[in-house]
Amino acid sequence: MADKILKKLNIKVWRQNRASEKGKFETYKIENVSTGSSFLEMMDILNNDLIEKGIDPIAYDHDCREGICGICSLYINGRPHGPDTEVTTCQLHMRKFKEGETIVIEPWRAAAFPVIKDLVVDRIAFEKILQAGGFVSVNTGGVPEANSIPVAYDDAEESMDAASCIGCGACVAACKNSSAMLFVSAKISHLAKLPQGKIEAKQRARNMVAKMDELGFGGCTNTGACEVECPKSISITNIARLNREYLVARISE
Amino acid sequence: MSILESKIPEGPLAEKWNKHKASIKVVSPANKRKLEVIVIGTGLGGASAAASLAELGYKVKSFCYQDSPRRAHSIAAQGGINAAKNYQNDNDSVFRLFHDTIKGGDYRSREANVYRLAEVSPNIIDQCVAQGVPFGREYGGLLANRSFGGVLVSRTFYARGQTGQQLLIGAYQALNRQISKGNVEMYNRHEMLDVVKIDGKARGIVARDLITGEIKRFGAHAVVVASGGYGNVFFLSTMAMGSNGSAAWQCYKKGAFMANPSFVQIHPTCIPVHGDQQSKLTLMSESLRNDGRVWVPKKSEDAKKLQSGEIGANDISEEDRDYYLERRYPSYGNLVPRDVASRAAKERCDEGYGVNSEGKAVFLDFRDAIERLGKNVIEARYGNLFQMYEKITDVDPYKQPMMIYPAIHYSMGGTWVDYNLMSTIPGLYSIGEANFSDHGGNRLGASALMQGLADGYFILPYTIGDYLADEIMTPKTDVSAPEFEEVEKEVIGRLEKLYNIKGTKTVDYFHKKLGQVMWDHAGMSRNAEGLTKAISMIQEIRKDFWKDVKVTGEMDNLNPELEKASRLADFLDIGELMVRDALNRNESCGGHFREESVTEDGEAKRDDKNFANASCWEFKGETEEPVLHIEDLVFENVKLTQRSYK
Ligand SMILES: Cc1cc2nc3c(=O)[nH]c(=O)nc-3n(C[C@H](O)[C@H](O)[C@H](O)COP(=O)(O)OP(=O)(O)OC[C@H]3O[C@@H](n4cnc5c(N)ncnc54)[C@H](O)[C@@H]3O)c2cc1C
Ligand code: SF4
Ligand code: FES
Repeated sequence: MADKILKKLNIKVWRQNRASEKGKFETYKIENVSTGSSFLEMMDILNNDLIEKGIDPIAYDHDCREGICGICSLYINGRPHGPDTEVTTCQLHMRKFKEGETIVIEPWRAAAFPVIKDLVVDRIAFEKILQAGGFVSVNTGGVPEANSIPVAYDDAEESMDAASCIGCGACVAACKNSSAMLFVSAKISHLAKLPQGKIEAKQRARNMVAKMDELGFGGCTNTGACEVECPKSISITNIARLNREYLVARISE
Repeated sequence: MSILESKIPEGPLAEKWNKHKASIKVVSPANKRKLEVIVIGTGLGGASAAASLAELGYKVKSFCYQDSPRRAHSIAAQGGINAAKNYQNDNDSVFRLFHDTIKGGDYRSREANVYRLAEVSPNIIDQCVAQGVPFGREYGGLLANRSFGGVLVSRTFYARGQTGQQLLIGAYQALNRQISKGNVEMYNRHEMLDVVKIDGKARGIVARDLITGEIKRFGAHAVVVASGGYGNVFFLSTMAMGSNGSAAWQCYKKGAFMANPSFVQIHPTCIPVHGDQQSKLTLMSESLRNDGRVWVPKKSEDAKKLQSGEIGANDISEEDRDYYLERRYPSYGNLVPRDVASRAAKERCDEGYGVNSEGKAVFLDFRDAIERLGKNVIEARYGNLFQMYEKITDVDPYKQPMMIYPAIHYSMGGTWVDYNLMSTIPGLYSIGEANFSDHGGNRLGASALMQGLADGYFILPYTIGDYLADEIMTPKTDVSAPEFEEVEKEVIGRLEKLYNIKGTKTVDYFHKKLGQVMWDHAGMSRNAEGLTKAISMIQEIRKDFWKDVKVTGEMDNLNPELEKASRLADFLDIGELMVRDALNRNESCGGHFREESVTEDGEAKRDDKNFANASCWEFKGETEEPVLHIEDLVFENVKLTQRSYK
């Protein structure tokens, strides 16, 4: 429980100045990191060292630092969000690493997520998928009273499970096909499980899947890697539900 | 005579908003299509406003600094959202929610605004349910509620410990729908760096494309700032790393008054600081105080042993535990408002009863609740919070009490706005946490989400029409106008100046220094001597910063250090104004605790004769002192009393 100090670590990290330039790995040494520090606090220390040495610090995405905004996205020692389960990169702590270890850090690797700089990638493709249908078509105002449509407890809970997706993209990064099925299916289930979202379920599935295919994400071959690496434990049963919705949508076309 | 016109409508409190709506102007659908609105921020305030305005037919340009609107810091709100639905039949009402909010804010907010907030609150829940927000429900299928601090009814709606996330996803979905229809142009990874005025009115912004570094101009008929709070002045806070005060501050420098900048909220239940490598603090939701009991040891020997790690919490017997909130405040117990709970924790720790190695933590214990309700029930209520706590601290809160300590969390102060949410710059609006309007000296839990969505869904879309109705003949803003030229030059000049200092110290070095000064002298407890000293300390840090900061990277590329430096430059100025405001307000109220103004039993003592007002600051130039204007607060519907939660 008490924090220890990791005296020396090697950080092997992907450096790429721009999308248009070639990238390569660089290795830096870092000293005296508390095991109670978060992974990103370790990155802060490293970056401050680099700045002091006049080296451009490593760019990486981070904001809330509490595992909920979904912006942090490091591929650490071959795993999206690193060697812990059910956490995002910002929730990963240094107690998961050993003295003297070489830690390898890369950006998400997927054709649909091009690198912007160093470890920062462009996830605009996720935005486009959601814009294609990830909503309920209601305007502000003129809606029914909240309790006028009861929702079964279990349906609300299942919807909430799926709605916990933070849009980080780890599922895509973990998948050898770079498939976005877990992400898409989470949105489909979140809305399809509620009476308010059910109405447009078919059309939503059709439009979102079409957009996903168009944007260069790969197909799903049921490897299950996405579920293992998802920081929010989004279940692959959602993918089965998506396939059902999609099938129904195609049949009724 | 004050130059601040609050535009509070005449008439009885309960009729003001309806009367006002009936009297303000409306823009025709054909004209809405010709009018453009810029919305800065995509949190609950910004996303709900942008979506609603676009649905009405306005052409909206929406901005956020993250790679997606969904990542605005509203996403991190945990506990819940208030609404006067009275679903629990516990005698809740619009008036009670209004009264709780005014009292919770220690009588430093406007009656009319707060009443309107309570009045529209039920519509928010209806709206969110219609969008597919999966609120917690009872087995019968109806919506569930929980209690929050400072109130005696159960009116908080929640989606597990992720309420902000779910509400924001609802608003984001509505925003996405409008983006897909072409009614909103979305600018992700764009940071507003200044506002542009033409003929005295807000007509656009200058922003930096954070990927390419390009400085761009955007024009509109009105600008809405929904950029969130400035709590990061303190360096360590529960805010996101990128949360900033820059948008609001640039508006201030262009003529929008800042009101009550010293009013910030210190949240009692955050995970304590673990050492000097800490970058941010994590909140443990207030909802935990529904079931958790706060305590420290009664005996100082026990506290010393806890601090040295000789014993653990479970080694201390029931008789030797001091449930100090239940002891001091029997009627509200663990659910006293945040400011009260924070000060009580500080008081115990200052007396030497703190329970971690730094002596700066108290226990939040679920043992009794787990015994009473079972682990399953506690897990269903707070599972994700318990998991979060364990991942950060490596301690299992089902077995050991949590350790918590207060941290900076929210800014009640912000851009001054009138009843229409318009600032002192015509055409410039401020909504959500960025404005000062509804929470007075202390915000009640679960009321920020309510305010953000009230502003964005149900208030601004009406009030902005009153202004835009007079702009229907105004052509599209020409961004090649000299006014844009000039602001763009200023912005580039400011960034180049920072970049070219090429000093020796990192941005974080200065930010930590500023944070320490703010926490020590303008944090949980403040006095004239400390505040006076703080002003010169901040000025000193600022001088050093502008001489010796080192910004690496390139101007025309993604450059997080440049972003941080530019935000810190503004935090240094905001910090100084906060301290000035705290010094000026020689009374205690809500979270603003002046040691010179205390009741006999150590509670905050207001001075209603001199300070029943909002202090509004006007910028007069970089080298001039700001000028103070006063908006007197008039209370016709509540009686000002010493706030008591005993
Ligand atoms: C950890 C935590 C838990 C909380 N829990 C609760 C709770 O349970 N209940 C409750 O009622 N309240 C809670 N709050 C408070 C509440 O979440 C916030 O006050 C509220 O969500 C703020 O919403 P907002 O829309 O004003 O700003 P934010 O959600 O902070 O959004 C700010 C937006 O502005 C953008 N932005 C900022 N500056 C710029 C710029 N210069 N250029 C372009 N874009 C910019 C950002 O990108 C972002 O989109 C909590 C707060 C925190 C920190
Ligand atoms: S499904 Fe999981 S891994 Fe994929 S984006 Fe959502 S939270 Fe991230
Ligand atoms: S920084 Fe927000 S989830 Fe990691």
